[in-house]
Amino acid sequence: MNNTETVTVDAAAAAGAKEAKEKLNAKETFWQVLFLICGIIAVGFVLAISIYLIISGIPAIHKIGIFKFMFGTKWASTAAEPSFGILPFILTSIYGTAGAVVIGVPIGLMTAVFLSKAAPKKFAAVIKNCVQLLAGIPSVVYGLVGMIVLVPSVQKAFHLASGATLLAAVIVLAIMILPNIINVSLTALDAVPKEYEEASLALGATRTETFFKISVHAARSGIAAAVVLGVGRAIGEAMAIIMVSGNVANMPGLLKSVRFMTTAIASEMSYAAVGSLQRNALFSIGLVLFVFIMLINVFLNVVIKGKGKEQ
Amino acid sequence: MTDDTEGIILSGTIVSVKGLNLWYGDHQALKNINVDIPQNQITALIGPSGCGKSTFMKTLNRMNDLIPGVKIKGDILYRGQNIYDASVNVTDLRKKIGMVFQKANPFPMSIYDNIAYGPRIHGVRSRAKLDEIVEKSLKDAAIWDEVKDRLKASALGMSGGQQQRLCIARALAVQPDIILMDESTSALDPISTGKIEELCLQLKEKYTVIMVTHNMQQAVRVSDFCCFFLLGELIEAEDTKTLFSMPRDKRTEDYVTGRFG
Repeated sequence: MNNTETVTVDAAAAAGAKEAKEKLNAKETFWQVLFLICGIIAVGFVLAISIYLIISGIPAIHKIGIFKFMFGTKWASTAAEPSFGILPFILTSIYGTAGAVVIGVPIGLMTAVFLSKAAPKKFAAVIKNCVQLLAGIPSVVYGLVGMIVLVPSVQKAFHLASGATLLAAVIVLAIMILPNIINVSLTALDAVPKEYEEASLALGATRTETFFKISVHAARSGIAAAVVLGVGRAIGEAMAIIMVSGNVANMPGLLKSVRFMTTAIASEMSYAAVGSLQRNALFSIGLVLFVFIMLINVFLNVVIKGKGKEQ
Repeated sequence: MTDDTEGIILSGTIVSVKGLNLWYGDHQALKNINVDIPQNQITALIGPSGCGKSTFMKTLNRMNDLIPGVKIKGDILYRGQNIYDASVNVTDLRKKIGMVFQKANPFPMSIYDNIAYGPRIHGVRSRAKLDEIVEKSLKDAAIWDEVKDRLKASALGMSGGQQQRLCIARALAVQPDIILMDESTSALDPISTGKIEELCLQLKEKYTVIMVTHNMQQAVRVSDFCCFFLLGELIEAEDTKTLFSMPRDKRTEDYVTGRFG
């Protein structure tokens, strides 16, 4: 009698456990589906944007002719006989980004090395906070300050009619990418095992030799990622540079007023008539910019991964 | 006992420590250490954890300088020169007194570049000369045969024991005079440990070896001279046989017979 009772109780417990398990499974499934949807949303947006850009960018390129569009040196979208050559924009974007990287990466890397390895802790904390602030400043503010401070200085320094030049834009971009470069390199440098540095010092290397030959070397894939981020930010920036670069569709020169791919879109989109070739050509510029950024990312990723394998 | 000790003194002293005291902040980690380390011998530093043996060893190549809040008093004479003298160039000193760490720490580079790193920072540029140094160092560390076909491969792909011998080779590449080994076999399996011990016995022909070890058998097997540390004091420094068979101090006896620690 006692035995049967226990059995019934056990069976009831088992049934309860089964029910609980099913409930748990249902819960699990719910969350998994939710996560899946969130993941799909991101992918979906990327796909939607890519498809939209391609669809809206192709017609103008087709009409103008890809060669004329990409390598034409004259942009006169509102002239009686319009001309849609975006080579000046492409080159300006490339030069501007390259210039920003050439100035920004060494300064950012040195700052990161200093903060990670050499700076007294309290001082480093102050600088790190400043860098965070720098990252938080809206790009339009960079543009404003650049317009008020930098542009007149460039004008005076080189005796120009206007200081709104590629040079001013390069300097603004270099400052804008500093926080990215510093933060990401800093994380990579902080992660370098102390043992590497100790081993180097014990071999009679100076601290400076150790930082540059061991720490930076060990952190190089992180530093490369920092450069990629910096390039991405520089090539995609519009607001800050539209205010300091003069926004004239010249072939680029360091002391000439220039227009970037981004600023070309931003400055004309507001008055281009819907369905006009001008508006479609702006979409095409967007497509070219998009392809550029993809190519740069892929290229740098391959380079980084290739280097990673080598060690 | 006296005979043995004299024998060791006759072989020459390479490092002479006089009245060494060291503080980490307020904590005194080394208390009035006096000892003469014999040249071309293996000296073992033994004692329980936290007794100051590693700290003592790191005073010899001034790696303790890197720790904030460290204060050092006393003299350490290396070949007659006080290494804490203001005129001493620390990087030159560390070149002369090399170090192998507890955990094998090869750089994330190729085997070749690991060995060539030291010579390169000390100004060796010629490829032929570097090749020669790399080969010689790897041979001296008894690892050449295992790696000669893959010098360009990453050092991180080697086994733990190989990595540690690579680190020894890397230390040898800058032509040191003394090699400090900080529990360099504690993370290795018995076979790798055996190889490194054998290597130490060969190394003492050309170099002076000072090792920190937790392994009493290891101290007996390989060392000629032995220093027992306890709570920051150097309790006893003797030739190894004497220290283990006829310790003068009760505390030494308790430790070497395994009664504590």
